[in-house]
Amino acid sequence: MNWLMNYLAGIPAPLQIGFGGLFALLVIGSILAVVLPKFKPGKWDDLKPRMQSWWVMCGLLIGALLLGWQAFTILFMYISYIALKEYLTLAPTRKEDRGVVLFAYLMVLVSYGAIWIDNYMFFLVTIPVYVFLASAVMMALTKRTDGYLATIGILQWGLIVCVFNLGHVAFLMRTPEAEVPMAGAAGLVFFLIFVTQFNDMAQYMWGKIFGRHKISPNISPNKTWEGAIGGFATTGVLFVVLAPYFTPLTFWPSVWIGATLPVLGFFGDITMSAIKRDLGVKDTSRLIPGHGGALDRLDSLMFTAPWYFHMLAYFALDRF
Amino acid sequence: MKKYFRQAIQIFIARPVAHLLIGLDVIGKEHLPTEGPAIVAANHNSHIDTLILLSLFSSRVLPDVRPVGAADHFLRTRTLSWVSRYIIGMIPIHRKNSGSGEDLLADCKTAMADGKILVIFPEGTRGEAEEMEDFKTGVARLAAEFPDAPVTPVYIQGAGRVMPRGSKLLVPFNCTAVIGKPIRWSDEGADGQGSEKYKFMKNLKTTIKELSQDAPPMQWD
Repeated sequence: MNWLMNYLAGIPAPLQIGFGGLFALLVIGSILAVVLPKFKPGKWDDLKPRMQSWWVMCGLLIGALLLGWQAFTILFMYISYIALKEYLTLAPTRKEDRGVVLFAYLMVLVSYGAIWIDNYMFFLVTIPVYVFLASAVMMALTKRTDGYLATIGILQWGLIVCVFNLGHVAFLMRTPEAEVPMAGAAGLVFFLIFVTQFNDMAQYMWGKIFGRHKISPNISPNKTWEGAIGGFATTGVLFVVLAPYFTPLTFWPSVWIGATLPVLGFFGDITMSAIKRDLGVKDTSRLIPGHGGALDRLDSLMFTAPWYFHMLAYFALDRF
Repeated sequence: MKKYFRQAIQIFIARPVAHLLIGLDVIGKEHLPTEGPAIVAANHNSHIDTLILLSLFSSRVLPDVRPVGAADHFLRTRTLSWVSRYIIGMIPIHRKNSGSGEDLLADCKTAMADGKILVIFPEGTRGEAEEMEDFKTGVARLAAEFPDAPVTPVYIQGAGRVMPRGSKLLVPFNCTAVIGKPIRWSDEGADGQGSEKYKFMKNLKTTIKELSQDAPPMQWD
């Protein structure tokens, strides 16, 4: 047990408290998932699978963060693959495109390979430039022209959000520890994911309690102005209060990111809703019990990850 | 020994491949049989249909699950034959011998009498990707022989996209398996006449077609 205590003591204090807080939230949620259905049968039935899935997701995330950048890069490579596969399963493709789709999956490996060898320039040009060009020419060589432009657009949109954008989360783990003395690179990543998921939940809660005016009823009927603004404010305040413990940001930059990041999360959410509406599905798959598909859970992060990354790079990190 | 070998391969290789590499959503898992004799009947578009169906069953039931396949296809080469028998646990049907007076379903009947769960593709062939062919009567003949055994209909979507007939390239896409309520020969009010078999087959095919409506939309052409 001694080595375990030493190991835990070696984790930066903000992360210890962060993981502890998350654990407490999971315990409270799980107790509610057992108790609430007893008071109002039927209304809270999906809370139990939802909480069980949260345990698994938090366990994977914290486990990979503690193991270091190698484990985290592998985890996110797999997550990018799952997300891309889920997207390409639903989005229209043609019989001739199977080869190009397989190529797209292989490029997940190449993109994360750039993160593995810590080469930022390589990462920047892989998906948005060369995979972009190569996939276009490969699809042209299949010789089928009807639906060409629509299909290549569909494929490339998926590669950007699922592989390039999510890749930024994994690349943050390569931040040199000297630049982030507060909680290390793991602290930066934990803070991004925590704030993004907290923002989703805060908007949902505010909307549930005060929601009156719908933002865009034909895309996402549950989104209200009250929910969005209440959620933005709550998340923004949380971000500014916690930023000094997890990031090297000074006060005014943290106010700027705290004000903008929740809006980006909302944009990610509503963009995925528009895609789901177009494809005629409610959830993107049944992968995560109580939540839906991987894309349902990752939609906000696909938008917040690059923004958080670039804002940190601009205001605080020399590495990027 | 052979039994445990097959079970281990199916649990540690087949199931992770089906769920983690290809991706599988299951609807109506509670309708699956947990003991034999029973039949699971599904539409057939791809070799990975067998992989998908095997990965649906719990580890406890798996040793009793026996897919039925065409001998002329699966016993073609030595390696294929070994894999079919010892890893997939396949019961071969010598469909080329039909009309010779030999009972092609003899092995299937023995297995069912032994309490096994048969996995059958009533189309008898993989056919065109994501389209259903006419059903052969083998399932109905087995159901008539075991009138109380449940015949569970399963609709598989997307396997023809992962690996269509004639392609050696496996391209991962999520698949969906929709499992329906089992039907029984004894519930069909059958009187043992020949036409009853066609009625049973028609009913089974309609049921599987109806299950396809519960699968998510798939746009692929």
